[in-house]
Amino acid sequence: MMDNGSRLVLEAKGIRKVYPGTIALQGVDFKAYSGSINALVGENGAGKSTLMKILAGIEYPNSGEMLLYDNEGEAEKISFNSTRDAVAKGIGIVHQELNLFSDLDVAENIFMNKERMKFGHLYIDHAAQVEEAGRVLKKLGQNIDPNTPVRDLRLGQQQIVEIAKTMIDEPRILIMDEPTSSLSIPEVQVLFSVMEDLKENHGVAIVYISHRLEEIKEIGDYITILRDSRLIDSGRVSDMEMSDIIEKMVGRDPRKFFSGQAHEMGQELLRVEDITLPRYGGGYTLDKVSLTVRKGEVLGIYGLMGAGRTELLESLMGGFDKADGKIWLEGERLDKMDMKDRLEAGLVLIPEERQREGLFLNLSVEKNLTMSSIGNYTKWFHIVKEREFESVKEIIKSISIRVASPDISISALSGGNQQKVVIGKSLLTNPKILLMDEPTRGIDVGAKSDVFEIVNSMANRGFGIILVSSELEEVYSMSDRILVLSKGKVTAEFNRSEANEEQIRKASEIGHGIE
Amino acid sequence: MTDTTIHKSKNGPSVGMILLKLRSLIAFLGVFIVFAIIAPNFMTAGNLISMAKHSAIWAILAVGMTYVIIGGGIDLSVGSVAGLCGMLAGGLIFEGLQLQLFGVIIYFHTLVIILIVLLIGVLLGSINGLLVTKLGVAPFIATLGLLYMARGFALLRSGGKTFPNLVGDPALGNTGFPRLGSGTFLNIPLVVWIAIFIGIIAAYVSRKTPIGRHVFAVGGNEDAAKLSGIRVNRVKMATYMFSGFTAALTGLILASQLVASHPATGESYELTAIAAVVLGGTSLSGGRGSVGGSIVGALILGVLNDGLVMVGVSSFWQTVIKGLVVILAVVIDQYQLKKQNEAALKLQTVSDKN
Repeated sequence: MMDNGSRLVLEAKGIRKVYPGTIALQGVDFKAYSGSINALVGENGAGKSTLMKILAGIEYPNSGEMLLYDNEGEAEKISFNSTRDAVAKGIGIVHQELNLFSDLDVAENIFMNKERMKFGHLYIDHAAQVEEAGRVLKKLGQNIDPNTPVRDLRLGQQQIVEIAKTMIDEPRILIMDEPTSSLSIPEVQVLFSVMEDLKENHGVAIVYISHRLEEIKEIGDYITILRDSRLIDSGRVSDMEMSDIIEKMVGRDPRKFFSGQAHEMGQELLRVEDITLPRYGGGYTLDKVSLTVRKGEVLGIYGLMGAGRTELLESLMGGFDKADGKIWLEGERLDKMDMKDRLEAGLVLIPEERQREGLFLNLSVEKNLTMSSIGNYTKWFHIVKEREFESVKEIIKSISIRVASPDISISALSGGNQQKVVIGKSLLTNPKILLMDEPTRGIDVGAKSDVFEIVNSMANRGFGIILVSSELEEVYSMSDRILVLSKGKVTAEFNRSEANEEQIRKASEIGHGIE
Repeated sequence: MTDTTIHKSKNGPSVGMILLKLRSLIAFLGVFIVFAIIAPNFMTAGNLISMAKHSAIWAILAVGMTYVIIGGGIDLSVGSVAGLCGMLAGGLIFEGLQLQLFGVIIYFHTLVIILIVLLIGVLLGSINGLLVTKLGVAPFIATLGLLYMARGFALLRSGGKTFPNLVGDPALGNTGFPRLGSGTFLNIPLVVWIAIFIGIIAAYVSRKTPIGRHVFAVGGNEDAAKLSGIRVNRVKMATYMFSGFTAALTGLILASQLVASHPATGESYELTAIAAVVLGGTSLSGGRGSVGGSIVGALILGVLNDGLVMVGVSSFWQTVIKGLVVILAVVIDQYQLKKQNEAALKLQTVSDKN
């Protein structure tokens, strides 16, 4: 961890940002040093992304000031009206989600809206773009042909293209918002070496946002911790203990955070044999996956990106016509049924992409909650309002959804509450098995522990639960039994007592060519 | 934490919000009152009845269209389907069903003819539905295709000629067809009663039954609807079949009013129906809207149509004005949606704080 020649390049003081109804930042200070990796950590909703959006000129602060220091240490007050202003001052941002046009090639993506022109402004000089893109990619240590369409690249390579997009502006400050959240381990390593290179050889100040603390420990130089839209602490990473950081981030003892417990288990509920799902262009997304779930059991499924986690749950639910294999729920064969019949048999999926697959943003909280179970509140074909409302009231109470009124639009709720609505909707179908795909993704700490409480209480009431997560600790602490998937195959199975994180991680990498 | 009982928002939306929500109705009353003042013969019984008849036809088409649009689709074929169904009805009355193979001609009772034609409308709608659900054709394209085909078949049915004088023959038992379009009940045209009846049923189904709820779900988020156990394809199919039904009914009424069926009948009616739906506050992107709104939309168009004629605005300008009204309606709609979301967010934030 070298810090020769690292000096303050960017300082934000007392940044305050208010959105209608919420305060995102309450007077936060932030410093970034050149030739260093400046980590910014905090739980979801702590204000990290808002702060970075302000630094990158995407959002405008309500108060506070930003200073940029040049090589002589002279301060310049800056304020941005757009990302273009920020780019002009040498600040680039790599967003959490990929913002690429998958049908355009790499060079076209890199030069989007900054096209190199010839003949005045009449003609895009593609050859020049390809050449320059090639140079930037090489600098990033990547052997990617700039003429390749982006859809043909691996996810990790796409992330690199995203970085290359900002690199052609030669930023002095590069903001990276959770760039590793969708990468596999080898891809993460490539990204880290690129970051090392940028800071060592180009003196770039990298602002790195992550909630994976082990990464921060590995590559971070400075750290800033936010919680509940306030600055909690900042300093050198080497001066801080891991447990310290977690406690400051979460605001309570991290060991109490995961409320995992062993559950009393009954007879077998779900039996799945040889689920197979062919992949486009050969190979298998799922390769003969078998599993069982007992009454009151939480079966955790862990795997890296692309291991087939989501596809497994969707196959169980009947989402793929091409999926093959046998499924029994309490002795009843499900694999020939369509989604509605499986739902009625007692299987229900809480999807990973809440807004895209779980919610009706056009409808109220109440109508969202009862959408799967509306048939239970009818007399003949008439919806009995009172019966519907009774159920809605009950479920809102029992899983403590915070909502001003059930007839409010679902889009007004926070992510955590929206997730509870999705869970509530599935609970109202009287399921026997809950398939939960990343139920805590993108929700705040409080809602997270609520979700875990729901999982625990469901298990105690005799539901069978399959919990899929990419967060190892979550799977580890919540599950009675853990299945590890890698490349569509079950590579290991652990009981609660015998599992350890190292073994789980190892099993998840089988077939990835890492030793 | 949640010891407080849960209840629906009781202090309700603000006055401004209510006015915004009722804007279609207010616009209708506004237009109505203005014409009542400036057009001398506007308030006569004769004119009101003729306006009601015009509006009723558009309202019937618009009700079917509303279902399709809320369900996330669109049905461009309704005008042509109406035309084709009118021709089929006219043909059955005028020349009967000619079975050349057996050398016989079958003349059906008028009611049977109406039922057959309505059934054909539903079948044509199900073709749209099949194209959209099973073959994955975009609704715009599928129904555009049927728009052309149905019109073509309407022309082919008579070689482009009109079936005139559809009064039937007492000897054949197929009289009474004109009564559908020009009959009255309690001094109000049958057509208006039909529109009211269909409107009430459709509004009830969309608000108070699971299938109605499912239409909103499918239009709002198809993926989520599937995962919620809704048979998405069946729901879509049902909306197109219903739209086909209302189109056939419209075709029957138009033929009956004219006592003749002409193959060009119903041209561009699909656009009028869509305009009425949009005027009524239904979102073309699906998942949001109401049957009642569409009926008010049809009324606005009906009043504008007749009122502008009565005050002597040229038909060219009428077209321009109708276009303006539709655009204005959508602009206000967007504004309302924004305000509504802001209000909901505010309400929720207050409760988050507590």
